[in-house]
Amino acid sequence: MSVAVVVFPGSNCEHDVVHAIRALGGEAELVWHRDTDLAGADAVVLPGGFAHGDALRTGAIARFSPVMASVQSMAESGRPVLGICNGFQILCEAGLLPGALIANRDLAFICRMIEVEVTDTATVLTAAARLGQRLMIPLNSYEGNWVDPAGEGRVVVRYVGDPNGSQDRAAAVANAAGNVAGVMPHPERATESMLGSVDGRILLEGFLASVRATSNV
Amino acid sequence: MSEQTAVHRALGMTDGEYDSVIDILGREPRTAELAMYSVMWSEHCSYKSSRSHLGRFPSEAPWVVVGPGENAGVVDLGDGWLAALRIESHNHPSFVEPYQGAATGVGGILRDVFTMGARPIALWDQIRFGPLDIPKNRYLFGGVVAGIAGYGNAVGVPTVGGEVAFDECYSANPLVNVMCLGIMRREQLVLGTAGSAGSLALLLGKPTGRDGIGGASVLASASFDDESGAKRPSVQVGDPFEEKKLIEACLELYARGLVVGVQDLGAAGLSCATSEPAARAGMGMDVDLDAVHVRESGMTAAELLMSESQERMMAFVEPSRVDDVLAVASKWEIDARVVGTVTAGHTLRIRFQGELVAEVPAASLSEAAPRYDRPAAEPAWLRPRWADTLDHSEAPDLGSVLLALLDDPSIASAAWAFQQYDHMLFLDTVVGPGHDGSLLRLKGTDKGLAVSTDGNGRLCFLDPFRGAERLVYEAALNVAVVGAEPMAVVDNLNFGNPEKPEVMWQFRQSIEGISAACEHLGVPVVGGNVSFYNETDGVDIHPTPVVGLLGMAEPMPDRPPRLDAAASGMDVWMFGPPAIDLAGSSLERVIHGHLGGRPMGADPDMATAVIALARRLAARGTAALHDVSDGGLAVALAEICIRSEVGAEISVDDWRLAFSEAPHLLLAALDPGFDAASLAAAAGVPAVRLGTFGGDRIILRSPDGTCDIALSEAAEAYTDSIPRRLR
Repeated sequence: MSVAVVVFPGSNCEHDVVHAIRALGGEAELVWHRDTDLAGADAVVLPGGFAHGDALRTGAIARFSPVMASVQSMAESGRPVLGICNGFQILCEAGLLPGALIANRDLAFICRMIEVEVTDTATVLTAAARLGQRLMIPLNSYEGNWVDPAGEGRVVVRYVGDPNGSQDRAAAVANAAGNVAGVMPHPERATESMLGSVDGRILLEGFLASVRATSNV
Repeated sequence: MSEQTAVHRALGMTDGEYDSVIDILGREPRTAELAMYSVMWSEHCSYKSSRSHLGRFPSEAPWVVVGPGENAGVVDLGDGWLAALRIESHNHPSFVEPYQGAATGVGGILRDVFTMGARPIALWDQIRFGPLDIPKNRYLFGGVVAGIAGYGNAVGVPTVGGEVAFDECYSANPLVNVMCLGIMRREQLVLGTAGSAGSLALLLGKPTGRDGIGGASVLASASFDDESGAKRPSVQVGDPFEEKKLIEACLELYARGLVVGVQDLGAAGLSCATSEPAARAGMGMDVDLDAVHVRESGMTAAELLMSESQERMMAFVEPSRVDDVLAVASKWEIDARVVGTVTAGHTLRIRFQGELVAEVPAASLSEAAPRYDRPAAEPAWLRPRWADTLDHSEAPDLGSVLLALLDDPSIASAAWAFQQYDHMLFLDTVVGPGHDGSLLRLKGTDKGLAVSTDGNGRLCFLDPFRGAERLVYEAALNVAVVGAEPMAVVDNLNFGNPEKPEVMWQFRQSIEGISAACEHLGVPVVGGNVSFYNETDGVDIHPTPVVGLLGMAEPMPDRPPRLDAAASGMDVWMFGPPAIDLAGSSLERVIHGHLGGRPMGADPDMATAVIALARRLAARGTAALHDVSDGGLAVALAEICIRSEVGAEISVDDWRLAFSEAPHLLLAALDPGFDAASLAAAAGVPAVRLGTFGGDRIILRSPDGTCDIALSEAAEAYTDSIPRRLR
C-alpha cells in the first residue's frame, strides 16, 4: 500500500508529507505532475505550496496538469484522495470537492498553531478521530477562506475560533462518499512533539488506515 | 561639461574612476564598457570604500570551507554536512518600493546560497523603520513585511526569525537585511568559477528585461533626497515561482554533477556573472548577447549588461553535458540558453548584433576596482554625548515604566509580522521566531543549527566599538540559550555616507568591535555585506552593524529552553554580573527620549563563561532561558511571564538593575530542586535566585519602589502594541 505525493512546479510541502507518512509507517513516493500514471499507488496526496505560482488563482492551472486525470479516476474509484492546503484548493478547482478557497478575511497570510474540532469521522481524513475531538495543528495559508455558496459541502473539521472567515468555520471538507478530503491546516507539521504538536498524527494515521482498508479490497 | 563626462557622472562614476578605465583599456571606453565598469565599480559591487578594512575580520578556522569573497560562506558541520550562510541588505530599494524591495532582497540572498550548491532551509529578517505614528512608516513596514511573506512563503523557504525595531533615524532610510542558511552534502559544493577553456556559459531562468538597471550604482550607492521616487524604475521586480523552479533545477544539476561552476545574477547582472567567474578561473570569455533571452525588444548592449532582472543564474558546463543541462531546465520549465564560451587568456569579449561591444580584461572589472582609504575621525559630538547622562537617582513609578516599555513596538511582540511568514516548512523549526535564537534540527543527525541575528543602532551610535563587540556576544549568548556553540558570523554593516570622516570612523570602530569579540570567541567571519549611503538629506542613520551568528548544538537538547515553558512554582534565577548600564537603554529612549552617556564595554572572559553556562543550562532541561537585553531584567521577566501565561514575584537590590541593559546577563525559569548555584559557581558566573513564578501578577520589588501589574495588562500592552498602531 503506497501513497503518491504529487509534485507540481511550485509545490513545497511534498518532502514534509513524505517524511510524515514514512515516520508513521506508511509508504510514500513523489510523482511529478506531468506523469499520467500513479505507478500503482493506492492513494494520493496533493501537498501544500504554490502550484504553478498560484497564477490566475490558486489551483486554477494545477487542475489541468496531466496527473490530474489519474487523480480524478482514483477519486471516482473510491480510493483515498487528500489535498492539504494548496492541495485542498486544487481539489476544489478540479471539482472533486465543493466550494472554493478565497483570500483570508484579514487579507494577510496566517502561519500559526490553531485549534480545530472534528465534526465528522466518516472520511479518510478523520477515520481515526473521535467526534468532537480537538486538535492543535498549524495553519499556513493566504487563501484559506472556504466559501460554498450552494451550502451543500460536508464540513468534517471546524476551527474552534474564526481565524480566516471560512464558511461554517470549515477547516476540512469531504465529498459525499468521504474518500476525497481537503484540509487547510497542515497535519504533517504536527507529528512530532519537538515541533510543537503530535495531533496531526490522528488525521494522517486515519488516512493511512483508510489506505490500507481500500487497498485490501 | 563634455557629453562623455555627463555620461559617466550620470552612471555614478567619478572623473578619476573614468581616467582609470582609460588607463586600463588604453583608450576611451565604448558605451557598453562604460556601463559595465560603472556597475562593477559601484560601492555596492566593489566595496571600494570598505574593502581595505574588511580584511581586519578574523576569517579562518579549521571548519571554514569557504571564507569571505564567494557568494556565501561555507562551514563544515561534520559527518559530511556543510552549511552555507550569507546576509545582505536591500535598504534603498525597500524605501523606494517596499514590497518589491524586500521581496527581491529575499530572492537575492537565496540565490547567493543555492549558488554554492546548498538547499536554502531558513531565512531571518532584520528590519528597521521610523516610528509607526508616521503614516509613511506604516506603509513601509507593512509593505516590507508583505514582500518578505509574499516572496519567502511562495518560494518555499521558511522565515524562522529576525528582529523588528523602530527609531527616528530610520524614518527616511529603513533597513531591510536578510540572512539565509542553506545545507548540503560536502560533494555538492559548487564554486563561482567558469572552469576551463571550452566550457560553455548557460544563462538560466527568467528573461532579461529593463528592470533594475543601475540598481547597484544609482540606487544602492548613493544617498536619498526628495527626488528618490524617480528612482523607482531602478527597483527590480521579483517572481518567487521562477525562483522556486530555479532552485529545484539547480539542485538537480548539482546532484547530478552537471556543472563546473555557477554564478547568480544579482547586482550588476551579466556584467558580474561573466567577468567574476572568468577572473576567478584565470580565464577569458566570449559572450554573445544576441543569445540572451529577453522579455522586451530594443534593449541595448549596455542595458543587457546592466539589467538586474531577477531569478537568473549563469551555469558553466562542459560541452558534453549541455544537452543534459537543457533537459533538466526543460523539466523544471525554465529557460536556458548558451550565451558564451570560456576562452584561454584573460579577455572578456562581448558581441551584440554583429558588433564587438566590449573587449576588456575580465579581472579589471572586479579586481582592478578602485579602493579608497577614506579619512576617518572621531565625531566632534561624541565626547559631549558621553558626558550627557541622565540622573536616575529618583525611582519612577516602576509599574507604569514596565508597561510603557512592553508597549514600545521595538520591544513588544513582533508576532504581527512573523505570523505572516511561513516559519514551519521543512519540519525542522524546533525553536522559531520570537525567541532569542532560532533552533533547527538537521534531520537524520543529532545536530541542531541555531541562528541569532542582532543589531543595536543606539549602542553603536554612542560607542561603535563597544556596541558592535556586544552584538557578537549577545548573538553568541542567544544561540547558547538553545544549546548551541557559536561557529561562524556573517555581518551586514549598515552605515551612512562614507565620504564623511565620522561615518568612516564609526565603520572602522564597528569592524574592530566585531573582530575583537570574534577573535576572543574563536568564531570566524565568513561573509558579509556593506551598505553605505544610508543617509537622507544629509542625515545619516545610526551606525547599525547587524550580526548573524550560526551555532551548532550537538547533541541537540531534548527539550531546548523556550520562553513559553515557565510554570507556576519554578524559581526565577539570574546568571551573570549585575551592573547598572542605562546609557542607550530602552528606559532612556522610551521614558526620557534621551540618547547619551557611554554604554559599558563587554567583559570578554565573563562573556565566555556565561555563554558556556547557558549551553549547560540548555542541555539540562532548563524550562525557560532568556538573554537580558532591550528593556533589561524587568522586560525579560515579563516576556517569559506573558509567553508562559504565569505571573512572577521577584526582588532586586536597586530598581535600576531592573531596567539596566548591561551585557552577559541571563534570566532562567528552573525547577526548585535544580542546583543552579553549583552549576554557576563551577562556570565562574555570579548567580542569584530572584524569586518565583506563580500567580497572575508581575511583581518586582526594590528598596525604592515596587512594580505590581496584572499579567493580563502586561500581555495586552505587549501583544497589541504593533497591531494597535497599524489599525
